[in-house]
Amino acid sequence: MENFVTGVSLLIFIPLIGLLINLFFGKRLGERGVGLVAVGASFLTFIVSLLLWAALADMNYEATIVNMPIFTDWISIPSAGVDIPWQFRVDTLSVTMMLVVTGVGSLIHLYAVGYMHGDERFPRFFVYLNLFLFFMLILVTGNNFLMMFVGWEGVGLCSFLLIGFWFDRSQHHETDSTVGWYNSNAARKAFIVNRIGDFGLLLAMFLIWWTFGTLDYYKPQEDVHVHFEEEEAPVFSIEGLEEGAEEEYEDVTALSSRAGQIGVFTQTEIWFEEGGHEIEVGPWTLDFETVILLITLFILLGATGKSAQIPLFVWLPDAMAGPTPVSALIHAATMVTAGLYLMTRSNSMFHHAEFTSFIVTMIGISTAFVAGFIALGQWDIKKVLAYSTVSQLGFMVTAIGLGAYAAAIFHLVTHAFFKALLFLASGSVIHGVEHGHHHVHEHGHDVHHEEAFDPQDMRNMGGLAARMPLTYWTFVIGGLALAGVFPFAGFWSKDEILADSFVVGFEDGLVKGYLALAVLLLAAAFTGFYTWRLIRLTFHGAPRTEAAGHAPESVWTMTVPLLLLAIGSTLAGFLNIPDGFPLLGSLFGEHELTLWLEESVIHAHAGEFNFLLALLATGVALGAIAVAHNIYSPANVDDVREAGDPLERDTQTASIFALSNAKLYWDETYYQYIVFPFQRASRFLGITLDWNLWHDFFHNNIIRDGFQGASELISYPLDRQVIDRGFLGIARSIQAAAGRLRTVQTGYVRTYALSVLFGAVLVVVVILLPVIRDLLGV
Amino acid sequence: MNELSLPTILLLAPVVGMLVIMFWRNMSENRAKWVALIASLVTFGLSLLMLVAFDPDVDGMQMEEIHNWIPGANISYRVGVDGISIWLVMLTTFIMPLAIVSSFETIKERVKLYYIFMLMMETAMLGVFLAQDLFLFYVFWELTLVPMYFLIGIWGAEQRIYAAVKFFLYTMAGSILMLLAILWLGINAGTFDVIQIQEMVQAGSLGMSETTQRLLFVGFFMAFAIKVPIWPFHSWLPDAHVQAPTAGSVILAGVLLKLGTYGLIRYNLFLFPEASRDFAPYIAVLAVIGIIYGAWVSFAQTDVKKLVAYSSVSHLGFVVLGIFALNSIGVQGAILQSVNHGISTGGLFLIVGILYDRRHTKAIEAFGGIWKVMPLFAGIALVITLSSMGLPGLNGFVGEFTILLGSAGSEVLGMWYTAFGALGVILAAVYMLFMWNKVFMGPLDKPENAALQDLTWSRNWHELGALVPILIMAILIGIYPSPFFELMDGTVSELTSFLDSVAIVSR
Repeated sequence: MENFVTGVSLLIFIPLIGLLINLFFGKRLGERGVGLVAVGASFLTFIVSLLLWAALADMNYEATIVNMPIFTDWISIPSAGVDIPWQFRVDTLSVTMMLVVTGVGSLIHLYAVGYMHGDERFPRFFVYLNLFLFFMLILVTGNNFLMMFVGWEGVGLCSFLLIGFWFDRSQHHETDSTVGWYNSNAARKAFIVNRIGDFGLLLAMFLIWWTFGTLDYYKPQEDVHVHFEEEEAPVFSIEGLEEGAEEEYEDVTALSSRAGQIGVFTQTEIWFEEGGHEIEVGPWTLDFETVILLITLFILLGATGKSAQIPLFVWLPDAMAGPTPVSALIHAATMVTAGLYLMTRSNSMFHHAEFTSFIVTMIGISTAFVAGFIALGQWDIKKVLAYSTVSQLGFMVTAIGLGAYAAAIFHLVTHAFFKALLFLASGSVIHGVEHGHHHVHEHGHDVHHEEAFDPQDMRNMGGLAARMPLTYWTFVIGGLALAGVFPFAGFWSKDEILADSFVVGFEDGLVKGYLALAVLLLAAAFTGFYTWRLIRLTFHGAPRTEAAGHAPESVWTMTVPLLLLAIGSTLAGFLNIPDGFPLLGSLFGEHELTLWLEESVIHAHAGEFNFLLALLATGVALGAIAVAHNIYSPANVDDVREAGDPLERDTQTASIFALSNAKLYWDETYYQYIVFPFQRASRFLGITLDWNLWHDFFHNNIIRDGFQGASELISYPLDRQVIDRGFLGIARSIQAAAGRLRTVQTGYVRTYALSVLFGAVLVVVVILLPVIRDLLGV
Repeated sequence: MNELSLPTILLLAPVVGMLVIMFWRNMSENRAKWVALIASLVTFGLSLLMLVAFDPDVDGMQMEEIHNWIPGANISYRVGVDGISIWLVMLTTFIMPLAIVSSFETIKERVKLYYIFMLMMETAMLGVFLAQDLFLFYVFWELTLVPMYFLIGIWGAEQRIYAAVKFFLYTMAGSILMLLAILWLGINAGTFDVIQIQEMVQAGSLGMSETTQRLLFVGFFMAFAIKVPIWPFHSWLPDAHVQAPTAGSVILAGVLLKLGTYGLIRYNLFLFPEASRDFAPYIAVLAVIGIIYGAWVSFAQTDVKKLVAYSSVSHLGFVVLGIFALNSIGVQGAILQSVNHGISTGGLFLIVGILYDRRHTKAIEAFGGIWKVMPLFAGIALVITLSSMGLPGLNGFVGEFTILLGSAGSEVLGMWYTAFGALGVILAAVYMLFMWNKVFMGPLDKPENAALQDLTWSRNWHELGALVPILIMAILIGIYPSPFFELMDGTVSELTSFLDSVAIVSR
């Protein structure tokens, strides 16, 4: 089993082969073949991940570094000490991410076979999905920042391609200023906003390289554990540096001088332990704390892009233009968690960067709050879920800021299950309503997009519980998990974050803890409310359109993943039962996930269970659900199509609802103050400055005309004084000659091209003359 | 010395093709194309031989050949190749067959003359990279102008004459200063031999005062800055690019601009180390302005070809930034990025050319939804666009990353330069995706576009034949650039340690 670790490269080759097959033979294979290849590739990677898990358990959770079998030296400049390999890292954190990505990913692949049935670009969709798996697995398995970055931008590319999958379709977009908003615009927006984050990540990497002389997380020789004992300083041990001999931390400091021997994170720990290090980056000399502060802030900028946090979250809601399986896989379960993964991976840095942690917490809680608030007033079923995702990612980011890395990853795992479930179930709803719409109108697949019917608008739904029972019940399970109701998955993970913020606030006395606790509880209330509003509007009451009245239940390829994910959403919470929880603790083991993560996440630690807090959180969630249940009673929602949301009708809440519905004018603000000024500046630079002024005025009017004017000025007196008077006779003949010459000159360029050509050939011959001469021995 | 060296053979191969087309009686135009293609392919094959024969452990020139040329003026015919020029030679021989094959169906007038100029272009450009004598270099340098002048002037678009004359005069103006600098060096050193002058510079026996060195530096720099072009000397570029025929643009962007970046390394850094250090921060500021300015201006364009043309200003800004980082990482990144830019921007011009041939317009507004009707073409175009945008895993990224890494740790530059340069990475996504969105995505709402047919091997082999090698190289360099660095590492580290030693002495 141990040897299997080297098989980690299979993880990226299997999807690669899958996508190449579908790319080149997709048309010939047909839907069945394409689906089989893509889903098969995905399931195979899941099996490989499971085997890696087993192998890791076999090896006592010791991290292993594996080289890629081909092209191992990626960027290597020996003289400058640059050596960045294609290298994988198998440890508990990366295996956790692999299992989530491939596990949830496989179910979504399967679901997509049903969902995309009949699409004209069916093979291409699965090429993209496998390409996504490929890049996502590079992201989580890489052992250095640069390889991670390849995956990072690669998944961004897949996100771009998949958001723009139906690139020729337009979509209702509220921002007035963007008339003619097509899916392709949403795709571009996602890429560009992410690029802003990537800019931060690039700068972080440059600083890391010049600080540590490497981009590797850890070097193959080292294997670092830090065990936190109660009230004691962390104990380091680096194993295997010298033929497996275990050394105490004090002995290891000598290694720091051995350049390139130690990876980035161990070096960080050591230098913080020693203190007082100075780093030279180009002409700068900075102390180590400042460098880490900068690095973490830049990483954070990257994370706000990919993990959709304020200020860069604006791309994610628009990303819902992509097919629903994409929203589930990329924009809920996996890709958007990359920022969390990266920050957890870099916990050695974030742990020591107090200021950055504070900023991280602030970004997390404000995102959780703002996105939760916006989700309250959306009509589009996927938009609600999109903002919900942003809000939940805010919870996870808060956990990072609080130093609760295990809690963040725990919530990441449970969220992957229930949010994927909710998206797929909403996809099933949309699919059903669309089919119902077809059934009613009985016309072709392509025409209906021209019509004003929006199958994603919850106002067009209602009463679907009876039509789609399976979708309904799985949706309810997902919804309860999202709201954080006992015993569903979300309860456990959300509670752990809240418990951590309690500890940080009340026990450590840090402001960020108090703030986090207060804001997250409020955000949790929003969560319960919008989740239940969605369920009430979609499934309860009477169907509000004929389409909803005729919606059929979806096919098995779609419902089976729903069921499996529903099971996951129920059980995933048991992965990490808190300390001393009655019954369940002894049944499933306590802190299993945390203990497992501690093997690779040095600063991971278990949260303290707080019974009262858990009760309070559940109470908040249930209370919000109860309120939503009442407000969105069937009597109230039967006429939402005409009368609007119940909150809209109430004058007291109308303005708040309007604000939420308008998404706090966040997009408009960006357009007003960033996008439009950028475009105006671009036109000014490109047209006024570069073309009219520099190209035309300066070059044509000043230089060229000036030159001509000057030459005429000089030649005029010369003509008049010298030629006309003194050399009249000669001048006549010159003029005659000039006249003949002029006819040659003013002719087409091509007429004298030949003569110049021969001249040029002559030059070549003259150049080569010495060669020829020496050759002939002359 | 009665043996021909590989560099000389490389220079002769296109000339042979050229002479065959010129003097073969009654050669049909169709046959002329094939002769040109074969000549360029043979040249490529020979350059592959050169690559195999190249010894990465030799830090200086290799495969040298020296003849007396004009002994009275101490001018010699000296050619050779080192780690800096080898990849630029490879780039030239790689791009030329693609440029030639892509013109097969598009050049209908004066076919023979066209291919003669193409081959002459190849020899001239190779000569610039291979020459090791200042005078020889200068002759080749000016010789590149002639064929390009006619390629633009005869086979170009509507305003071709204006563009050709501007191109010619603009570059000529810069060259004159360089000629003066070359003459000064040749007279004072008593030789035009670059290697010998280099040795004198290293030994400090040339006796240049600080002012003289700076003036000479500026003389060379002006010629190269215009060629690159470094902002604000870029005004000839949009004209030349837009008016040139497709293959002309490919050569212009692919290789001709690299003559400038090559010159900066070979002559400015090698011959004027102190001046290079003194001027580096200022030139790097120009480079960073170019990166941002070029990208920003690209975004305002309404003409696809002009957009790509301005993107070169931005991309070459990266290259110049890497060169004046004056450290091994930056310079090597700059050399690799020169190659990368040739590949990706050459590819972009081919794409624009393919669109233009079918629709006879270059206005971005005229397109939309092309992906739907030309999926294969769009797929290739996507990869090339992404490569130009610097997506990791493709070639552009490796170059940009190493350049920015180099400038961040450079003693003369630092993080600010890198930070502003890295803004260009965001802006590249802005203008490239703007173009991509408008042309390939969005609704297929124009009947002319809906009638387009996808590329197929049987119908469009010459177009695919030009694009596919570019595609392969873009991916290959992206995932495995190490061999490229390996060959240049020795020469470049020699250069940068020389630059460092100069810095220590001057302190």
